[in-house]
Amino acid sequence: MSILLSNISKKFGTFTALDNINLEIPEGELVALLGPSGCGKTTLLRIIAGLESTDQGRVLISGQDRTDHDVSQRGIGFVFQHYALFRHMTVFENVAFGLRVKPRRERPNNDFITKKVHALLELVQLDWLHDRYPDQLSGGQRQRIALARALAVEPSVLLLDEPFGALDASVRKDLRQWLRNLHHDLNVTSIFVTHDQEEAMEVASQVVVLNHGRIEQQGSPGDIYDHPANAFVSRFIGHTNIFDLEEHDADWLQTAGLPTANWQGKIAHVRPHDIVIEKSTSHSDAFVTLKDWQHLGSLIRIELVKSGSHGSAASVYAEMPNDQFRRLHLKKGDKVDLRIRHAHWFH
Amino acid sequence: MARSSIMPGFRPTIGFTVAYVCLVVLIPLSTLVFRSFQLSWDDYVHIITNQRVLSSFRVSFSTSLIAALVASFFGFIVAWVLVRYSFFGKRFFHALIDFPFALPTAVAGIVLATIFQPSGFLGKLLIDVFGVQVAFKPLGIVMALIFISIPFVVRTVEPVLLEFESSMEEAASSLGATRWQVFGKIIFPNVFPALLTGFALAFARGVGEYGSVIFIAGNLPYVSEIVPLLIVTKLEQFDIEGATAIALTMLVISFLLLLLINMLQYWVRKRSGQL
Repeated sequence: MSILLSNISKKFGTFTALDNINLEIPEGELVALLGPSGCGKTTLLRIIAGLESTDQGRVLISGQDRTDHDVSQRGIGFVFQHYALFRHMTVFENVAFGLRVKPRRERPNNDFITKKVHALLELVQLDWLHDRYPDQLSGGQRQRIALARALAVEPSVLLLDEPFGALDASVRKDLRQWLRNLHHDLNVTSIFVTHDQEEAMEVASQVVVLNHGRIEQQGSPGDIYDHPANAFVSRFIGHTNIFDLEEHDADWLQTAGLPTANWQGKIAHVRPHDIVIEKSTSHSDAFVTLKDWQHLGSLIRIELVKSGSHGSAASVYAEMPNDQFRRLHLKKGDKVDLRIRHAHWFH
Repeated sequence: MARSSIMPGFRPTIGFTVAYVCLVVLIPLSTLVFRSFQLSWDDYVHIITNQRVLSSFRVSFSTSLIAALVASFFGFIVAWVLVRYSFFGKRFFHALIDFPFALPTAVAGIVLATIFQPSGFLGKLLIDVFGVQVAFKPLGIVMALIFISIPFVVRTVEPVLLEFESSMEEAASSLGATRWQVFGKIIFPNVFPALLTGFALAFARGVGEYGSVIFIAGNLPYVSEIVPLLIVTKLEQFDIEGATAIALTMLVISFLLLLLINMLQYWVRKRSGQL
């Protein structure tokens, strides 16, 4: 179901958690609410769920105003960061809970519940754990059970609060892919909160970037990466080199590949892969030295410094594929020439 | 065993524990048992089946049971209020809860007797309005025992309520559960083992209570005489054998009841996956 948020504001005391949020989420999307901690993303998710009240604004789920509905009446599924499984119930009973608490007239019979719960447990590939208690499961298993439990009531919207936040790196990677596939199969509108931009880019079909209670940008992962709306988004998504044209001298910028003639703003953001490195041939005007490099799997990250400077302010990072780097035959301390292929300009 | 243990200090601590259990618990209690062996079985049965003794047992255990039940109910509500809500004077109430722990029980007994006696402030009111006399009746004993045992319930339930993850409640609500269903199916089952502990403590305390009860009970034989008082009475009459026989019986019954409660608790925890 589609979700429409209009003019949502929320204050905690004097702290403004959300400031006039307007957001439309079309049906069937898998949306990431992305932002640094304290940006209001979890509050926004809880407001959609009805776990938090708004000071102002409306929440519409598939066109119907649900602002004043209690969380139990909204038809949403919520997955908590720390799973919030009922620890006094078996896995089976956890998943069955949403069906068992339905009003008597709507409550399905026991056979139906048993069938449905086992089907859901098979969906999350954990049917063999049905008689265990939550304390006996690993983090990844608990999170999948929590998801099965939320899906049991066939919610129109699935909300996930930092679903992978408490898991270790390898489990997190598997679950991301798994969630994406699951969403593809079920096609239920889903929103998840994360502070990890990689996770947002990898899993979501739409990313909403929040900062200080405001939406900075909304779009597909590719859009946001290639066309950041402002300096915050550009800095927050992926790595970027920041050149403040007022702070750096023109000579250095010229050497770094930003000649004055090309300036289109006060601040230039350059992605590491948009910097091309060549071994310097002439010793006289090369300002840049290769300081160090790190292996990032298929890419090499190269740290470049302004010759003769010791401050980190003049460090520039470039990235290139392994074999391309090998062909350059560069050593630490070599002087190099830079060329910038593309920059994002901000004022 | 000591060698395979990872934590150091097994020997001194187990030594201390054994010494403590022997000196403070086992030796006094076994003396009681040995002392009662000086009685023949027939004498023992004769003392125990005395009508007055039987009545006192009935009074002691029934009042303790009722008091522990009532204290569990109210203690739970008090703990709930103290944990869940913030209100003016909360810290003051917090301090007030522990008062029965610190107060000499005799003082509590005298105060309760004063206000609940037929001419007392509350006692008069209850007789005039409801026609119920509290003092000098088993009801008075229940009253005193509730007063004494409520803090046991509050202090055992409180930490469990404090630790309770509110996200479990939110999860239940998001799955469509009403407030009552959340309480009945999520909160209460998680707090129940602690409540049972509180009940056991309250009950044990009630059975052994002496000071606060004797002033309000009136101590009428067959009606409102409790076992501890009967033991003291026997001792005062230098009927040491009689006192020991009653004490031993009380010991055995209390032990069995506590064992029962513990087993119940084990069963509850096991059933709810907490073991």
